[in-house]
Amino acid sequence: MSAQTAHGSSTEKPIAFVSAQALRERMHTAVNDPHLRSSFRGAMDFLMAKRAAQFPDESELASLRSLSEGIRQYSLARLPDLLEQLEASLTKNGVQVHWAETPAEANAIMLGIAQRHQAKLIVKGKSMVSEEIEFNHAMEAAGVGALESDMGEYIVQLAGEKPSHIIMPAIHQTKQQIAKLFAEHIPGVEYTDNVDALIQIGRRVLREKFEIADIGLSGVNFAVAETGTLCLVENEGNGRMCTTVPKVHIAVTGIEKVVEKLEHVAPLFSILTRSATGQAVSTYFNMISGPRKPGEKDGPEEVHLVLLDNGRTQAYADEQLRKTLQCIRCGACMNHCPVYTRIGGHAYGTTYPGPIGKIVSPHMMGLEETHLLPTVSSLCGACGEVCPVKIPIPELLIRLREEAQSEPHANPAMVGQGAGYNKLASFGWRMWARVYGRPGSYRAFSWLATRFRMFSPSKQGGWTAARTPLTPAPRRLRDMVKDRR
Amino acid sequence: MSSPSPGAGQAARAYPARPAAVYFYATCLVDMFVPEAGMDAITLLEREGIRVIFPDNQTCCGQPAFTSGFPDEAREVAASQLDLFPEDYPIVVPSGSCAGMIRWHWEKIFADDPARKARAAAIAARTFEFAEFLLHVVGFQRKDEGAPVTVALHTSCSARREMGTLLMGRELLARLGNVKLAIHDHESECCGFGGSFSLKHPDISTAMVSDKVASLKATGARQVVTADCGCMLNITKRAAREDIDAGRATASLPGEHLATFLLKRTGGRK
Ligand code: SF4
Repeated sequence: MSAQTAHGSSTEKPIAFVSAQALRERMHTAVNDPHLRSSFRGAMDFLMAKRAAQFPDESELASLRSLSEGIRQYSLARLPDLLEQLEASLTKNGVQVHWAETPAEANAIMLGIAQRHQAKLIVKGKSMVSEEIEFNHAMEAAGVGALESDMGEYIVQLAGEKPSHIIMPAIHQTKQQIAKLFAEHIPGVEYTDNVDALIQIGRRVLREKFEIADIGLSGVNFAVAETGTLCLVENEGNGRMCTTVPKVHIAVTGIEKVVEKLEHVAPLFSILTRSATGQAVSTYFNMISGPRKPGEKDGPEEVHLVLLDNGRTQAYADEQLRKTLQCIRCGACMNHCPVYTRIGGHAYGTTYPGPIGKIVSPHMMGLEETHLLPTVSSLCGACGEVCPVKIPIPELLIRLREEAQSEPHANPAMVGQGAGYNKLASFGWRMWARVYGRPGSYRAFSWLATRFRMFSPSKQGGWTAARTPLTPAPRRLRDMVKDRR
Repeated sequence: MSSPSPGAGQAARAYPARPAAVYFYATCLVDMFVPEAGMDAITLLEREGIRVIFPDNQTCCGQPAFTSGFPDEAREVAASQLDLFPEDYPIVVPSGSCAGMIRWHWEKIFADDPARKARAAAIAARTFEFAEFLLHVVGFQRKDEGAPVTVALHTSCSARREMGTLLMGRELLARLGNVKLAIHDHESECCGFGGSFSLKHPDISTAMVSDKVASLKATGARQVVTADCGCMLNITKRAAREDIDAGRATASLPGEHLATFLLKRTGGRK
């Protein structure tokens, strides 16, 4: 019996991303949903203000960002070595290290561990990588229950949804919706939309589960190569429960999360919590260095780390795209994104929504499915401006546009290169370059456009959907300049 | 590929002394759609005793293709512009995003072409956004002849983040004396133009520009002033459509380029 059926909930829906058309439809629905619009706007305003309050001193922020960027780039530059070192240190500490190239491999490894222990229930701390590989789905298909213990994730799981934000998974849910979910799915619970009461209810349910769970699953924020330490940032204490109470702890993370030394963690931790939730520090910071040792009173008997690739080496292989892997998953780019604010997280249809989702998902899912994603941006740069590790997100979006739309060619840098190739659009740009790249042609073209302005179309596609048409001026600036001479 | 990080900190740029002459790089949008903004910018500069050279072979900085993911086409167009500025005069651009394209991205698109890259770098170093140039190089200071008025200022994302000109636009307005600046809600947020974004994703672009128009109007400002014609057309043409839909005969949110506004308040085009 799975944890979810225990609550009578439906099975979690798999990732909804199917096609560019589906993405368009979801975005259209989302942007026209006034409730969604106002709730996301309110929540993002709140988070932006919280972050801003953490960085009153611009120059301190600037130097902390440079330091954090430097640490991430230093770590990535040595990634293969650091991963080897991490494995050696962890092994020495008694942690079993596993490597997974694909989500299926990662799930198979973890299912194998679960089956070896005849596990019936896995209790989970918050882990976006487990979302990325659709862990819950895979476990349930094999008859092993997987229960989220982070309050937001728990709510999302009860609702049969995916997280809509990487830090606040249930940010799209109102307290009334949550109250209804709890009353419907948790036996013996009456409807209440008192937030404190709701949290107490959730805590009580989860508390019981920690005791009976066979395995605890967690993510990792930073994996320290030198010491073999897995660092976990959290606020609810459920992460600590997951990693200490059950007999077995499995941590799962992407290969990019490694840093060399413990001293590299402090600045990253500081800028992570301040950028993410506007907290000076999180309530909990766990450092896991191995299973229970003889004589110790608590801690798991077995600790595993599953290191997942899932497209990360593809990004790694390219100097520019590698910057994608600097990410520390703070979510600030979403909070500040005018597009995310207007469509919310689900519309993207990817595990990671918002700006980070747009640059990382194409590596995980291939451009075949995601080629439209990088175009859903006005390139305003708000994301890059707040990113604590200075990922040039707009620059990467432009690069991904190129990868998606260029004519398919041999040895591409990305799987699915050219998936968004459109012969007509490419021809259009070639013609554009012919005209604008030759001053004589441009002069002729602009002369015609202004002289025959009355023939400019009144319907101009997306532009006139909400605006009056663009019409060239009667005379060009160059004509006005000439006249004066 | 590490260019100096565009964005915050551009105020630290060293500015030259007031030159005898400048090149005026109008941008294709100004040339064809808002020529009066270009004319007003030229007039303002000339009034300060600066000779303005308008290279007749100018077309476009290549930005539309560059941001759309067509770097070859952007390169072809940008390459045609490298010969335009033979003398060592500053280059003034009445648009934050085109100035940003020249200042930060030309070098990148010529990364594999050392000769062109070097020329692009030399051009980038003397390229200035209009407000930046007027404030820091010209030291604009003219008597405000207009009646007291409240206006809103929209700073384009590129001007704000690549050229760092938000405070410069505000300072220029403040120097007028009779102009009160109303700061609108979510002032730093994008107006939703984003070039091809407005055509490719009209739903989201419309949501963004509608919110922008609403917060600009909510200030009670008589008009919006901006140094970017792309944003200006986006905002004012959205407002115009709302006016038509509501049956209003007069524009509820007229807009002007900063150059036009400054010139009108300080004597006008003679
Ligand atoms: S891309 Fe930057 S801002 Fe976005 S989640 Fe990653 S670290 Fe945070």
